[in-house]
Amino acid sequence: MEESEATTKKPRSRQCCICKDRRAALKRPKNLEQICRECFYDAFEEEIHKVIVQNQLFKPGERVAVGASGGKDSTVLAYVMSELNRRHQYGLELFLLSVDEGITGYRDDSLETVKRNEIQYGLPLKIVSYKDLYGWSMDEIVKAIGLKNNCTFCGVFRRQVRELIYFVFARPVVSLIPALDRGAALLKVDKLVTGHNADDIAETVLLNILRGDIARLGRCTSITTGEDGTIPRCKPFNFENLDDIDTYAYFKKLDYFSTECIYSPNAYRGFAREFIKDLERIRPRAILDIIKSGEDFRISTTTKMPEQGTCERCGYISSQKWCKACVLLEGLNRGLPKLGIGRTRGRNGQQRDAPQTNGGMKNIGSKQCGTLDF
Amino acid sequence: MLGGLCPSDVALVLRHCPERANVLFSNAMISRSVARARALYSVIISEDPSEYAISGLGSTHFATITAGDCEKRTIGAEGGGGSSKCSKCSKCNANEAVTGSSCLQCFRSALYAKFRQAVTSHATILPTDNLLLAFSGGSASRVALQFVHEMQQKAQRNSDASRDKSYPVFGVGVAFVDESAAFPIPSTQMEQAIQDMTSIVSSLASPVKNLHVIPIENICHSKSMDGRNRLKELLHNITDITGKEDFIRQLRLLCLQKAASENGYDKLILGSCASTIAHHVIAATVKGQGYSLPADIQYVDARWEIPVMLPLRDCLGQELSMLCLLDSLKTLDVFNGGSSGVNRLVSSFIALLREENPARECTIVRTAEKLIPFHFNKLLETDDSDDFMTSRWHRKRMNLRPRESIASEFLCAICSSPLNKSDVESLRHELHCRTSMSERCELTCCRSCQFQVLPKEPSSVEQFYSLLPQCIITQMKNHTYGDFDILREQIEDCLLSDSDDDS
Repeated sequence: MEESEATTKKPRSRQCCICKDRRAALKRPKNLEQICRECFYDAFEEEIHKVIVQNQLFKPGERVAVGASGGKDSTVLAYVMSELNRRHQYGLELFLLSVDEGITGYRDDSLETVKRNEIQYGLPLKIVSYKDLYGWSMDEIVKAIGLKNNCTFCGVFRRQVRELIYFVFARPVVSLIPALDRGAALLKVDKLVTGHNADDIAETVLLNILRGDIARLGRCTSITTGEDGTIPRCKPFNFENLDDIDTYAYFKKLDYFSTECIYSPNAYRGFAREFIKDLERIRPRAILDIIKSGEDFRISTTTKMPEQGTCERCGYISSQKWCKACVLLEGLNRGLPKLGIGRTRGRNGQQRDAPQTNGGMKNIGSKQCGTLDF
Repeated sequence: MLGGLCPSDVALVLRHCPERANVLFSNAMISRSVARARALYSVIISEDPSEYAISGLGSTHFATITAGDCEKRTIGAEGGGGSSKCSKCSKCNANEAVTGSSCLQCFRSALYAKFRQAVTSHATILPTDNLLLAFSGGSASRVALQFVHEMQQKAQRNSDASRDKSYPVFGVGVAFVDESAAFPIPSTQMEQAIQDMTSIVSSLASPVKNLHVIPIENICHSKSMDGRNRLKELLHNITDITGKEDFIRQLRLLCLQKAASENGYDKLILGSCASTIAHHVIAATVKGQGYSLPADIQYVDARWEIPVMLPLRDCLGQELSMLCLLDSLKTLDVFNGGSSGVNRLVSSFIALLREENPARECTIVRTAEKLIPFHFNKLLETDDSDDFMTSRWHRKRMNLRPRESIASEFLCAICSSPLNKSDVESLRHELHCRTSMSERCELTCCRSCQFQVLPKEPSSVEQFYSLLPQCIITQMKNHTYGDFDILREQIEDCLLSDSDDDS
């Protein structure tokens, strides 16, 4: 029988509205289309492929690290990347890169998942740990400084990990950072991909507005960031809703580990996340609208942006004399754990607005753990 | 919350100025607000509920505080069991701090200073201007009215005192848009509100200000009944509740524009405060209007025939509510449909943020300030602002070709937001090929209006188009996305400076 309402969202019979042949198995969260499994996989994978091609994310022969936390986003990312690499012959050398912050009961479990992913997807795995790099695991840091501001440490360290990887290979090793050689020689990395999805980007846009971080606001919607002397990072899932990714993982029965970081129950990002969830219920397209707004913001060139220099201690890029990681490490090593934690206010370690500093400490906002954030 | 005040503010007011607490509390708020106040501070309440008598301000959503609701403590001897905090104002160090760390005088003058700063640095109020102030009854527009009035009084006194007494003083009119055609408000309530408004405006009578009550249906049709029906039908065609709300807000502005130009006013003053702006920033971001966002949040918005000014842009809603309470400025709570959908979500989100950090709204506004504004966010400079006729003529020049004279931005026909260049490119191309009005309708609007205002079915769009106010229809008909400008450029050399000789 002819399906005359091909374009309406709810066809009378439960037929897939794309192939009109198989039975619809789900309603696609993004646009509420009734769709069968195979068409959903195709549509989803095609969308990612288009994003990669249109934005020229990769070149053949590149070594690409896939940020793998063991969670849904990164599992789907690893699966899809290796699929598309094979199917469309991107010619990339893919491998999984996982960061071990040293959080018992959270990270050690998810690392097991990543190890299984290594076997399942046939991608080599490299684990880099805070303990190896900095001499401190998150558990030890939390013991030293308590439950406030621990997100700062985690975020700063994680952000620096990718720089260190690049660094050590390209520049002389700075001996203050112990034991880096152990893993570094294996890691020649041209690009990093992470599983940040549309919900993450939308939250980040809102957060940057709320905190007055105009510099980040201008950058956060870009699909590729960090091309200035650091490892470029791409986010192919930029326009995919979290629900779509979850649905994909569910139907493909991918192996993932799902839990929240135990140390971040009240990170500030939670405000934005709740709001966006409520918003999505009444207007599903709001997430993509937020991202569109973020892309359309034009920032005044007279705005003062932080100046980029280099850290005296380790050579990492920094707008201050010492980079944040060195400051925090110094504090930990000297038994002054508050060193480097700027003027915090409010409950539960919520950070103050990122200031245009002139001698004060640069604050990096806390992000909710659960996704691998470089 | 009561007009943006948190319970501790309410308690402060009650404690320090119980005789001034002629306030309205809604039934729902009373038990929450005062109970929390009781928990936080020692509150001095009179036994006699009439001390909180309402001065007949027309709202039906109120009740008096009864003595039983609050803890009774007498105003003890100084240093006795009464208030434990008795700090001095941090600015003048003379009077007692009433709100935050300032006394009432310093608080008031700080707000007035912000207002005056906005006015002088953006030439908002010139001596030859005739201003129309949009008054909703809320605390922000009440404070705007008060400050404008004080400024006018001062100018009048200066003029009277001057030797030749020919120093011009700007004129002020007050406009209220009656939205009862759009929302179900009992007519008795509206009549009462209008009465109260008249008494407020007449109490600020030297110099005299006219009050214009504008029914919102006038924008659709001049005859009242036809207008009401057309408006109702028009609104009925908009299915998205957020779209409906935003559309009504736009109609309100068009009504004010119409009233201003028909009654000889030069500028329109709105009481939008920092809190309104913060709300708009988040709401616009969420609706995908990131490109046009900077246009609506500056001090000056000259897209319109009558430029719109926002002199209270730097004041927080909370501060303005507090000022109204402390200075006994009468406010009205005219029901206007409340907010729903996306707008309400944004309001509750911001309220939550405000509780966590009262300065958050300021940060939001400050972030948005760093976005590039549009060229129409500045007033056209007049060489000879003293000469009334010249500025009129200058202004007429700017209005020779309204909208089209704003060469570099194309505005949405419905909400007047500037359109993104890439959107314009695709729309321009399509506009050449499509001739039916319903297609033109869609192609002359921004994406947000296309989604939330225009009806989804093409057949409904025709009907919708026919019901629109004339000014919007004209916009849609005349949109060419720039052909006019290219043409003008080509014949630039032939044009004489004040001729209307356009091809």
